[in-house]
Amino acid sequence: MAIGIKDRAAVIGMGCTKFGERYDRNLEDLMIEAIDECLEDAGIEFNDIDAFWFGTFTSGMAGLAFSNRMKSHYKPVTRLENMCCTGLDSFRNACYGVVAGAYDVVMAIGAEKLKDGGYSGLEVPTEDSDRTLPDLTAPSRFAFVAPAYAHKYGLDMQQMKEVMARIAWKNHKNGALNPKAQYRAEVSMESILKSPIICSPMGVMDCSGVSDGAACAIITRTEDAKKYRKDPMYVKGIQIAAGPGHSEKHQSYDFTTAFETYYAGQAAYREAGITNPREQISLAEVHDCFTPTELIIYEDLQFSERGQGWKDAMNGFFDLDGGLPVNPDGGLKSFGHPIGASGIRMLYESWLQFHGRAGKRQLENPRIGLAQNLGGQPYSCVVGVGIVGNELG
Amino acid sequence: MVGIIGFGAYVPFNRLNRAHIKDTFGAPVPKGEKAVANYDEDSITMGAMAALDCSANLDTKSIDAVYFATTTAPYKEKQSAATIAGVLDTRLDIRTADFCDSLRAGSSAILAGVDAAMQGLNTMVVAGECRLGYSAGSYENHFGDGAAAFLIGNNHVIAEYIDSCSISIDFHDLWRADDERFVHSWEERFCINQGYNQFVSDSVQGVLKKTGLTPGDFSKIVLYGVTPRYQGQIAAKLGFAPAQIQDSLYNQVGNTGTANAPMMLAAALEEAKPNDYIMLVSYGEGSDAIVFKVSDEIANFFPACGLKGYIENKKVTMNYGKYLRWRELIETEPAKRPVQKRSSLPDMYRNRKKNLGFYGVVCKNCGTVQFPPSRICIECRTIDQMEDYRLYGKPARVATFTVDYLAESLDPPTIVAVVDFEGGGRLICYLVDCDPDEVKVGMEVKMSFRHIFTVDSIRTYFWKAVPKL
Repeated sequence: MAIGIKDRAAVIGMGCTKFGERYDRNLEDLMIEAIDECLEDAGIEFNDIDAFWFGTFTSGMAGLAFSNRMKSHYKPVTRLENMCCTGLDSFRNACYGVVAGAYDVVMAIGAEKLKDGGYSGLEVPTEDSDRTLPDLTAPSRFAFVAPAYAHKYGLDMQQMKEVMARIAWKNHKNGALNPKAQYRAEVSMESILKSPIICSPMGVMDCSGVSDGAACAIITRTEDAKKYRKDPMYVKGIQIAAGPGHSEKHQSYDFTTAFETYYAGQAAYREAGITNPREQISLAEVHDCFTPTELIIYEDLQFSERGQGWKDAMNGFFDLDGGLPVNPDGGLKSFGHPIGASGIRMLYESWLQFHGRAGKRQLENPRIGLAQNLGGQPYSCVVGVGIVGNELG
Repeated sequence: MVGIIGFGAYVPFNRLNRAHIKDTFGAPVPKGEKAVANYDEDSITMGAMAALDCSANLDTKSIDAVYFATTTAPYKEKQSAATIAGVLDTRLDIRTADFCDSLRAGSSAILAGVDAAMQGLNTMVVAGECRLGYSAGSYENHFGDGAAAFLIGNNHVIAEYIDSCSISIDFHDLWRADDERFVHSWEERFCINQGYNQFVSDSVQGVLKKTGLTPGDFSKIVLYGVTPRYQGQIAAKLGFAPAQIQDSLYNQVGNTGTANAPMMLAAALEEAKPNDYIMLVSYGEGSDAIVFKVSDEIANFFPACGLKGYIENKKVTMNYGKYLRWRELIETEPAKRPVQKRSSLPDMYRNRKKNLGFYGVVCKNCGTVQFPPSRICIECRTIDQMEDYRLYGKPARVATFTVDYLAESLDPPTIVAVVDFEGGGRLICYLVDCDPDEVKVGMEVKMSFRHIFTVDSIRTYFWKAVPKL
């Protein structure tokens, strides 16, 4: 019977580019930037890596998009796409490569060049179909959550807007401390609340950045990790859940949850042995593509009881100095969201925090970090939850 | 007895006050409003809605033929009637035909329906129109958009066909060539005096002679007219009193071309009493005059909404700029969004029951209604225990919604709603013909057949929600 991979894979190096509008850099540049940092961090050469998992949503086809650019020499490269969950799923599959014993040293890399597209939103590749269902914008798919949550838990829309704004305010405040973030400025509650409406009730300041960027990790089996460094980061649990689309077709779904987040979280907690996430997790990087998304993630991952997430958000529980800092690096909101890179970028914050390299964002004695990466929309998505720690056991 | 079994109509929600045309160009304009098809409506969608209005309380499986009359068919090659038949969820072993190219196509289709009824067939005759006049021209003032539909057969007839007289002559007064969008006409005096007045008189006098009826026998003359003035003048000359003249809808809807006299007939039937005689008179390359006698069955038929209901349900805030944009008469800046991909026609074919008839499925094992149809139940995962389940007509409510200012649209902002149907089934879809400030969780909606987009000249049709009247 499968027992999971807790403490069987370890990260020995990570790299992450500055995210943002990198008009002077192409995909090759971004990958080199992340890989250079990662190799130096791990203290190994590019040719020491046995296999690659390359995650991108729209910036390339097949393993060739990586191997041609990086000139990897006839090595295995898997191109992986799982919508906005691409990054974390690339990492998951890379871990399995070493844990299975197929390879000794592997790299998971996520990279995305969104700003060459010329659109302010995403260009989503689609299959051939009758195309009769609405081609909804990304924000509209998440905006459904806000009135539904407010209605269910008795908030008026002004209160709801304030809860959403508080989440954006926090993530910008954190991102202002992050030299690699796309948006490095604190934003006042007032200007968030007054930002132009994109999809009611969400304003532009409720939306994450559209960015270019890359992030990567080098992974080995735990027993080999100490050959490379004394302070590796251990994978405690990593799971994904792909939904059946029940929520978008069944009236029982009320738009105040993403069941995929709940199920991926439960599976990852089981694998990692987490029984009280609110207490045991030191920091969480979650998929705050839009502010209402972060709100329901608090509850789906059991950081807050159902209907209580908004109170925890308002009273600062998820602030950098709160009980469970969420998105200490600024999150998608402020760090930016180059799709394929985001899941690995989330792990990068735990990496920095564990090594005391998080600068002004540094938390005291972090032990367990969580990353939650969501592809799709609350009513039909694929969600990855990864849990990492700086100690075995 | 053959004749009309049922009737229905459709008038688009948006109306342009003609004063806005004067505001733009300065020249005097007639009073009133013209009905303007929304950016996602055309003669097919309006025709389909009129046919649904007609058939709400009828068994559409009893329909043996669907005829569609228009001068503004979206395709030159690709039938419109078959699409409307799909929306009506008719049987497949039926006749379908489009009656095109003449303003008289509506009455021609009705006569064809009458002929079919004499052979025992039930025919849904639909007329829909969405014509364009040149900007700042008189036809732009005159034209409005709308549709009407009649089920014609020989069972439960509400208006018996008595007789008709058709005049056909190659009279060339209005025209629009194969590759043109706007209607041309010869000098108005020629069109009216030599054409309209002459042929209308000929057909009316012809049918009076055939039936032995006199103008005084009629409760209404449903007489097509380019404008109320021309209509009134010739009706008076033929011996009809003003009270007998069915209103031309010019002030509320405008001249709807092929659909105009049929829409007026629907209005007349809404008010008709048993034993009323009604004369329908069309115009175009001649004229058809058709006499109906209303039967006792009229008391048992009601359209779902009716012409009157659709006329009253309106929004008149649109300006001339919006009209230009919806009819794509000005080039507006494209949204900075990816180019839409065309629909896959094989997938469209496979999904025709879903897309036209608005069918979902219900699981025989657990009773869960689901849309779109699939073979595996979302609730119990039972495979291949699905039954067709038509969601069209089921009461529906908004579960949640957003008003999207980012989405590309000819009428921003776009309202996106999660629609839950009574008895089960959920669809995330656009909500149109609705003021964004009026949307509320729990509001009642119904489904409306719309043109979704066109890529590579493939027109994709599907359903959107509209507020329930």
